[in-house]
Amino acid sequence: MITLTGVKKSFGSNHVLRGVDLHVGKGQSMVVIGGSGTGKSVLIKCILGLVKPDAGIITVDETDVTRLPREAFLARFGMLFQGGALFDSLPVWQNVAFRLLRGSLARPWPEARSIAIEKLGRVGLQPDVADRLPAELSGGMQKRVGLARAICAEPEIIFFDEPTTGLDPIMAGVINDLIREIVTEMGATAITITHDMTSVRAIADQVAMIHAGKIRWTGPIKEMDTSPDPYVDQFIHGRAEGPIETIR
Amino acid sequence: MLRLVARLGAATLTLLAATGRFAIFIGETISHLVRPPFYVGEFRHALLQIGYFSLPVVGLTAFFTGGALALQIYSGGSRFSAEAVVPQIVAIGMVRELGPVLVGLMIAARVTSSIAAEIATMKVTEQIDALVTLSTHPMKYLTLPRVLAATLVMPLLVGIGDVIGILGGFVISTQRLGFNTTSYLQNTADFLEFHDIASSLAKGAVFGFVAALMGCYYGMHSDRGAMGVGRATKSSVVAAAVLILAANFLLTEAFFSA
Repeated sequence: MITLTGVKKSFGSNHVLRGVDLHVGKGQSMVVIGGSGTGKSVLIKCILGLVKPDAGIITVDETDVTRLPREAFLARFGMLFQGGALFDSLPVWQNVAFRLLRGSLARPWPEARSIAIEKLGRVGLQPDVADRLPAELSGGMQKRVGLARAICAEPEIIFFDEPTTGLDPIMAGVINDLIREIVTEMGATAITITHDMTSVRAIADQVAMIHAGKIRWTGPIKEMDTSPDPYVDQFIHGRAEGPIETIR
Repeated sequence: MLRLVARLGAATLTLLAATGRFAIFIGETISHLVRPPFYVGEFRHALLQIGYFSLPVVGLTAFFTGGALALQIYSGGSRFSAEAVVPQIVAIGMVRELGPVLVGLMIAARVTSSIAAEIATMKVTEQIDALVTLSTHPMKYLTLPRVLAATLVMPLLVGIGDVIGILGGFVISTQRLGFNTTSYLQNTADFLEFHDIASSLAKGAVFGFVAALMGCYYGMHSDRGAMGVGRATKSSVVAAAVLILAANFLLTEAFFSA
């Protein structure tokens, strides 16, 4: 479904992606792991066209993403941002139904509101949250709203960027379970970026580890613990000693 | 010597690149004017924020300036027995120059800074990226409504500022300097020409365009972090103020030379 071939991206002298090759099958939940600053977020931003790769090809359903009509292409995606990225000036329900209030998917406001409230319910939020502003919500609630927004237009592909960052372990567990349930229920293709190993085990069908701008290892979640790759081994066990350089 | 030339070259290239980026930004903003979809709700919101909520600051600035101008003209005019020209000079000074410029600068302070800080914060917190993933063009959703609203509402604000400025001069002149109410108003009305008013409103439209555009441009090109937001806000206000004053000179030259 989604294939990256030799994708490279540099910011000045900082070579973030040095030739990424990755394939995510339809309906699969791929989790990309890797240390901070290894280019995980840049990777999904390249797929979405938020960042233009310097080299390489990205295809969705075997079509080069640069040749697809932009709006139709983006309409197939949903994304949960690391910090939620909710629009401060809009109430929660308008954040969730943003896509349904404008553009080609626009619907009447009462219908959009009712869908937003239904999606809020899907992520465990009560209807009274709908008219609050994002700033009035806790971090965990904001993540849930972001998740509701990501799934509101029922996208085929969903990206989750660090979905549990900044949350307590219980809330992180709730979000992980929600993501897994929603991805399975919708039959969506998902790419999750994280360095939280609990999330990896809860969400992933497939895992890919990125290090030094390249995919070091990729395979099914059940093979991750027995991977012979020393980088994967060090990362998943959180060891300071190993091939991945650490600053102490 | 070689190093100096290299630095000069680098600075020139940076300036040219920035000018190019800015020109593209203007072109892109204008191009969205004729390409649907149009976000009417955002436009209405911008009209309210830029127009209606700026009225108090515009009114107070214009009133005090009109009053001070009347005192200055009276005091200066008395040196050569020309105190009687206060109504005419206040009217022409407010309408042709002080009204549009002061309203423009107040809008640069209030609106440009607010637009730049808001958009820069949206960029830093990935809200701009979120807009894109929701199939919404940030230029169309954020820039166009604000620039269009400021361009359309500023002539109105300037017109109101002109009237309140003249009122400030009228109040001071009649209550403190002993001018006759009827003759003050008559002199003001007789002296002002359509050309003065039209130039004032045209200046307002240009200054509104500049003020909102600078806020959007610096917000969209903000660096990351709190420092990036602060720098974008500061730069936007400075650029807007300088460009408004420069545009004022050029427009004055165009309207009133020869």
